[in-house]
Amino acid sequence: MNFTRRQILLLLPAAAAAWEFVKAGTPDQAPSYNMDEHWWGMLLDISKCIGCGSCVRACATENDVPEGYFRTWVEDYHREDWHIETPAVSSPDGGKNGFPESNLTGGQNFFVPKLCNHCVDSPCTQVCPVGATYHTNDGVVLVDYEYCLGCRYCIQACPYGCRFFHPQKHTADKCTLCYHRISKGLTTACCENCPTGARQLADLKNPKDPIHEFLKTHTVQVLKPHLATGSKMFYNGLDGSVR
Amino acid sequence: MSSRFRDSAHLIRVAVVLLVGAVAFLALRAAVIPKSFGQFGPYRGKALLEMEARPVKYAGHEVCEGCHPDVAETKSKGVHAHVNCETCHGAQAKHADDPATVKPTLPDVAKLCVRCHSENIAKPSGFPQVNANEHSGGQVCNTCHQPHSPGFDAGGKK
Repeated sequence: MNFTRRQILLLLPAAAAAWEFVKAGTPDQAPSYNMDEHWWGMLLDISKCIGCGSCVRACATENDVPEGYFRTWVEDYHREDWHIETPAVSSPDGGKNGFPESNLTGGQNFFVPKLCNHCVDSPCTQVCPVGATYHTNDGVVLVDYEYCLGCRYCIQACPYGCRFFHPQKHTADKCTLCYHRISKGLTTACCENCPTGARQLADLKNPKDPIHEFLKTHTVQVLKPHLATGSKMFYNGLDGSVR
Repeated sequence: MSSRFRDSAHLIRVAVVLLVGAVAFLALRAAVIPKSFGQFGPYRGKALLEMEARPVKYAGHEVCEGCHPDVAETKSKGVHAHVNCETCHGAQAKHADDPATVKPTLPDVAKLCVRCHSENIAKPSGFPQVNANEHSGGQVCNTCHQPHSPGFDAGGKK
């Protein structure tokens, strides 16, 4: 078929109208929440964490996390002098009931709250043989519990140890960044219940989010940056001994 | 022209086999792939909607403050201003949905306060922390401190 330039120019508006029609035909999700307008991450301020375990308890309650398994947990770090590669780390019951009074002295001592890093290039998504783990458009890594076979590949692949095998569902399970809350305009259960503001949910696509000012004025780090996972959990005051 | 199609019967047979195969493949594909697949991305759209539809258990402090402005007022002036309600009172979405029948129970002060305020070298040095036994000699915290605004002059029990 041969078209003259005039004919093509006449056809273009018709094609545009047709495309609008095609787009309108795609199913809508909850009207108030548009996932393309968000890009979720979190700010974790180690200089504010008191190791009370409120986040761990809140997460377990909100998400029915079975006893002995954790979607988020807190680690107690103790680093002697220059022994940056051999810190003493403890996390009794994930820090769920706080930490016992310690009689340690000297060295560096601090708490590190941990959870799924919601990596942009997540190793867990890459290894799933059935595509049960996926990225949402707003930057959250989720598991389709119906697709998941329970092969545990992803649990092995996660360099941060953030996944576990759910003993009742018999699938992989992990932090959902409280997707049912953030899609309703609430913050995550852990951030809602952190008494010191050591955890703050951040919408990196929202120019008004205080995260941008914080990132400009502080020296932040992600966990295991050498693995280039594109983690969106930004730690303030992270010691080099944290793995 | 006609000589080109003279011995074409075997070609038609192959074409029919291929066509039947293609139709079978497409039918199977349509039956196996869930309808919502690809709705938002390369995954089952329904899985995401199921995730979104899960019930919320922590109502959030804005909801609490709507009905308890007096406590919010007291709290906003004290050092616990940024400690949200459900951190101590537990998940209260059910209470917020039906305040008449679902009544929250008061938290166990003896356990609750020390979780944050017991002495530990790993805590930030500026954070108020005590050795509970030396500090109060076994008395519960709210004998002297008012949890919503825990300064000394605020008095105990509330």
